[in-house]
Amino acid sequence: MALFQTSSDNPAAQKSTALAVLSVAFVLVWLFIAAFPFLWTAWGSFKAEGDFFSRADWMNAITGPATTAQTGGAFTLDGYRGAWIEKEFWRAAMNTGIVTLCVTMISLTLGTLGGYALARSGFRYTFWILIAALVFRAMPHVTLVSGYLLPFFQLNIWGYLPTTIIVLVAINQPFTLWMLHSFFLSIPKDLDEAAMVDGCTRFQAFRLAIIPVMWPGVVTTGLFSFLLAYNDFTTTSMLLTETNATMIPKINSFLGSTQEEGKVMYAVAAVVSAIIPLFVLIMFFQRQIVSGLTAGAVKG
Amino acid sequence: MTHKEFMAFIWPSLLAMALFIAVPIVSVAYQSMFVEHEQIMIETETCGPFGCTPEVAVDQDAMRKVREDSPAGRFNGLDTYTNSSHLATDEITEIVATSENFGEIRDRIMNLPFYKALIFTLSYTFIVTPLVIVFGFIIAVVVNSIPSFLKGPVIFFSLLPMIVTPLVGSLVLFWMIDSRGVVGAFLQYLFADPSLSLKASPTLTWVTLFVYGVWHSAPFAFVVFYAGLQTVPSDTLESSMVDGANRWEQIRFVVMPYLLPLATFVALMQLMDNFRIFEPIIGFSASASATSLSYLIYTDLREAETPLFGSAAATSMLTIIGVIILLLPVLFRNAREFNRKA
Repeated sequence: MALFQTSSDNPAAQKSTALAVLSVAFVLVWLFIAAFPFLWTAWGSFKAEGDFFSRADWMNAITGPATTAQTGGAFTLDGYRGAWIEKEFWRAAMNTGIVTLCVTMISLTLGTLGGYALARSGFRYTFWILIAALVFRAMPHVTLVSGYLLPFFQLNIWGYLPTTIIVLVAINQPFTLWMLHSFFLSIPKDLDEAAMVDGCTRFQAFRLAIIPVMWPGVVTTGLFSFLLAYNDFTTTSMLLTETNATMIPKINSFLGSTQEEGKVMYAVAAVVSAIIPLFVLIMFFQRQIVSGLTAGAVKG
Repeated sequence: MTHKEFMAFIWPSLLAMALFIAVPIVSVAYQSMFVEHEQIMIETETCGPFGCTPEVAVDQDAMRKVREDSPAGRFNGLDTYTNSSHLATDEITEIVATSENFGEIRDRIMNLPFYKALIFTLSYTFIVTPLVIVFGFIIAVVVNSIPSFLKGPVIFFSLLPMIVTPLVGSLVLFWMIDSRGVVGAFLQYLFADPSLSLKASPTLTWVTLFVYGVWHSAPFAFVVFYAGLQTVPSDTLESSMVDGANRWEQIRFVVMPYLLPLATFVALMQLMDNFRIFEPIIGFSASASATSLSYLIYTDLREAETPLFGSAAATSMLTIIGVIILLLPVLFRNAREFNRKA
């Protein structure tokens, strides 16, 4: 891409040094804004409350005099110990693991079948299904939850992980359908049609010709299903009980006890614990996330 | 693909959406026309060493029976919609009739819970969305111009604010802007005002939430625009340079028109997401100065003793109507395009 590239043989494209310095400075400022809060909180989670929230001097959060005074070292794992063991954050982490894994698997299975059908059917109703999915995608989740609560109480299925998983799968479907639909559109029709000419049924064609080539799109969509389930607060906080809560509602319940000395650091430690998997996720799947974000856009 | 094959593939997906998205919307509409049962009172006598005193208490048995008979509550028609915690028609009429000037009308309407939430939700949606597009575009253009070995790390860290759970992201910022946190302390130093607190004033709370919104969503716009920039045709750019366009004119007359469809896409996604703003209000403990429609529903359902299903459902219906109004232009455009194609 030629825009802004420095090339010495083309004076019109040459960039002044001042502008280059300015660009780099701007990017550094943006990086600082984007990343510093997380680094700061991760660092602070190993300190005592008196340091991370210091009345005297913000430098305390770096040097850590209160932490040294309380625990003898410049760093402490007290926050993590309190959150994970005393407040049983491990249980929440396990629940999150179960919920996200199941939601991702089920969403992808349903979404792949549905997205394939939408991409290959030329009938008018596919358009209306996609439009309905778009409207559903826009519904604030809490409005849907207010529709679930009473029926779930009546049916006595409130407060169980499977209920929450199915609800999250359903909430996830509109997005999954849209994304996989546009992905399957990019796989040539000839592929499965050739298989059918060779005598396959539609299902066999899907299994033998489409499944082997669909993984890049499925992985990308799966990442976003994972993020939706992992990041959900509205649904999980309303549909799960105290004992089988996932991480995000659990963090929220920590906030209630912030007034007690030292307990804020439990929440800080829990927050940092919840960020780490996402950090790892971006590290490994940066390319897929970027391509997924732009998938809907490129189509227009 | 035949109708039968189509259904065979799509029915699980459709069933899930019908059961857990379409039916709940109907359920919300139904619930919104009911309110909680009135408390059935019973008079009992408690006798102690100093004689007997009559006491009025809720008759739990009778209440349980009534709740079992009609769990949704008693029929209330559309009254929940017009009561003081929703559209407040009576209050509005009264305010308009008795207020001196426009400012007073505005202030008094802002005290009604539904309008307070609605105004914040709309302000958030229509202030954050354009800012996200502008910032995302600027970041994309600048990142595109830096040496390429820096681009990978920049994108990596840029994704963080967007990927991280809204509640977690807002908590991280909230702790930093606390008057004992690093940003809070810095602001106090900057304005030489040791009592400065971003939490104290409603205006500053609003600004904080807007800043959070831009911080959270700008990466999304950035990534979309950045990907778009990679596909700007270089022929057009070069011919604009031959015609003497400077750097700004290239951006203004070549890049911007080219990226316009992407901006529409980002705007659509942002309108939908910003309209349901909810977690940051909890993360920033901002409910005293800023509430949103989603937050109202949440608090109704979280009511300690008995959740206010009717009230939550009425707010939900009004929110859904809001979403549909927001989406109407998009729906019309899509329908027109589809009809043109057909």
